[in-house]
Amino acid sequence: MEPVIIAFVVLSLMAAIFAVIIYFVDKQFHVEEDPRIDLIAEKLPGANCGGCGYAGCRNFAEAIVKNNSLDGLFCAPGGNKVMSEIAELMNLTAEEKKPQVAVIRCQGSFENCPPKHDYNGIKNCGFANFLFAGKGGCAYGCLGLGDCVEACKFDALYMDPITGLPVVIEDNCTACGNCVKACPRNIIELRNKGPKNRRIYVACMNKEKGVYAKANCLVACIGCNACAKECKFDAIKIENFLAYIDYKKCTLCRKCVAVCPTNCILEVNFLPKKQENANIANDSSKNIVNN
Amino acid sequence: MLKTFPKGGVHPDDCKLTAKSPIFVATLPDKVYIMLNQSAGAPAVPIVKKGDKVKTGQLIAKGEAFISSNVHSPVTGTIDKIDPILDATGYKHQAIIINVEGEDTWEEGIDITNNLIKEIKATPQEIIEKIKNAGIVGLGGAAFPTHVKLTIPQGKVAEYLLINGAECEPYLTCDHRLMLEKPEEILVGTSIIMKALGVHRAFIGIENNKLDAIELLTKLAKDYNGIEVVTLKKKYPQGAEKQLIKAITGREVPSGKLPIEVGCVVQNVGTAKAIYDAVQKNMPLIERVVTVTGPNVSKPSNFLSRIGIPLKHLIELAGGLPEDTAKLISGGPMMGKTLSNTDIPLTKAMGGILLFPYNFSKRLDPYPCIRCGRCVHACPMGLEPFYLEKLVIKERWEDAEKHWIIDCMECGSCQYICPAKRPLLDYIRLGKNKVSAIIRSRKN
Repeated sequence: MEPVIIAFVVLSLMAAIFAVIIYFVDKQFHVEEDPRIDLIAEKLPGANCGGCGYAGCRNFAEAIVKNNSLDGLFCAPGGNKVMSEIAELMNLTAEEKKPQVAVIRCQGSFENCPPKHDYNGIKNCGFANFLFAGKGGCAYGCLGLGDCVEACKFDALYMDPITGLPVVIEDNCTACGNCVKACPRNIIELRNKGPKNRRIYVACMNKEKGVYAKANCLVACIGCNACAKECKFDAIKIENFLAYIDYKKCTLCRKCVAVCPTNCILEVNFLPKKQENANIANDSSKNIVNN
Repeated sequence: MLKTFPKGGVHPDDCKLTAKSPIFVATLPDKVYIMLNQSAGAPAVPIVKKGDKVKTGQLIAKGEAFISSNVHSPVTGTIDKIDPILDATGYKHQAIIINVEGEDTWEEGIDITNNLIKEIKATPQEIIEKIKNAGIVGLGGAAFPTHVKLTIPQGKVAEYLLINGAECEPYLTCDHRLMLEKPEEILVGTSIIMKALGVHRAFIGIENNKLDAIELLTKLAKDYNGIEVVTLKKKYPQGAEKQLIKAITGREVPSGKLPIEVGCVVQNVGTAKAIYDAVQKNMPLIERVVTVTGPNVSKPSNFLSRIGIPLKHLIELAGGLPEDTAKLISGGPMMGKTLSNTDIPLTKAMGGILLFPYNFSKRLDPYPCIRCGRCVHACPMGLEPFYLEKLVIKERWEDAEKHWIIDCMECGSCQYICPAKRPLLDYIRLGKNKVSAIIRSRKN
């Protein structure tokens, strides 16, 4: 016989035998899986960002079905829309969460916090963090090596080459929280997006006394208490010479921004105040470079 | 055949520019800055306050935790303030700042004569107590409190005492000069440690690039019972604890265990001299020998310097900061730490101050790893640095742990030998930090 025919017959026979074996194995060891897991996983964004605390979207779906509740489970990239869809599917009620966005609480640009020395080790904030305080000398500020950019799965962060600081692209940010975990200095915080995307926050993490903070950085929070005194809503707390604005209490009245002597309180997406900002009218937000 | 450790190691150039320059006593500046975190473990707690007058050798901060050490005033003067200042870690830490006022007035009970006291009167308990009170830490670089190291845990027996005079780091000569100028003190100090530990044999390991020191100590050691000088073949990192034990006794310390597991205790020659001062003369640890050197330094020298002197003062004494200095390193070029400015004060752990010009300190751009295996060959701990680097870049911490990343002692041999100039050690250190954090969290 022709070798081709032999090969054809042998391979076909093997295929048939294996097909039978696979068929019986599949029947024998079939795993019953809740069909809802697949349905939920389909609804999820599928970015596998890990922001929910699970390794991937499917694990998150499994957790929802297993717990049969949505307590403490929230898909930030999907947001309220996806969560309500899942809740409908599971006959549960989803908790409404306000949309959040990551903010960079440091303004230590090259201009505000001039670099005093060079660093030529590996480009990794985690490593630089245990070597030294940072190029500018601030032990609380941004190291500028881009761990957060690396961690972001949604292209929502980039390093600004002029300031040396990361910038959040608000439209892309899903508030998954990966950058928050990646930053060794805890500079990045998730805050409520606020009405019309308007936010006010203290863009500084320096817990040193004012004198030392100011020695390294022009726009450091010196813990002077001026903003806390001005605030009528008890939203500002000063701890370790550092102000923090509670976004749940803040009413965006902008009084603290005006009194801050070092301009470390940032207002984002506000229209300029007419009488004060006449000279810099084309600046819709407080620009980092212009401070 | 000369003894050495069998696995790995590299041979960097010696560059011991200061091997022939005798130890100078450094003058005092107007102000000294005494760090409170001069030893491994918890920082000392200050017991003086602003405006207090202090004498030389007076206790100014107490180490209260188990792993912590006392700090003494190295000068006579007034406490200016207690404030955080930038130190060798790159961050600000609490320091006592003292205004120096004239000549030394010594604290009572301190013998400042140069007489050699050979007879050891103190009992083992008294020796350890005196070492603890004198605030002695390991002067090799790790600054681990010596009294903790000399307290043998229950159930363990020390057999050998090893005195580390290897000084395998290029450029540094502080231990070399100390062995040449204070050999008797080192030998008496060794006998004191032997008595405290209850061991009968001690080895002083010296590399064969210091033949004068070997000759001198071998001659003098004949008068001391049980002390033997061992000549070691020059190889980096011979001065590392585990490598020295392997080289001299042939024993291997198990992974994650201390040298006492194989019956050995290792001390630096500088520590032996400090122990002699503390036990025989009641002198606390307020000064150390430090090498100020660099390829372009005009007068590279060894200084006997008080702790707390700002480095810029020592650099001034060595002929000033060379114009092209690009990097300031505390310690040796292989394991030393880059400092961010010259205002940082001298601490007990600093054995050398290196000033490197740009062409010495610049890092070259890394090429891709070609798996030539030179780092594996060079690693004295038998690890695979190229693989660990990959694991850390991929953040595979569990795998890194399985490949013994914790055993890395950060000697830098892999990065030194790498032909592709890859930053292997940087990544391994990052991984080591992460993995040890994971192990700690698992224990809690």
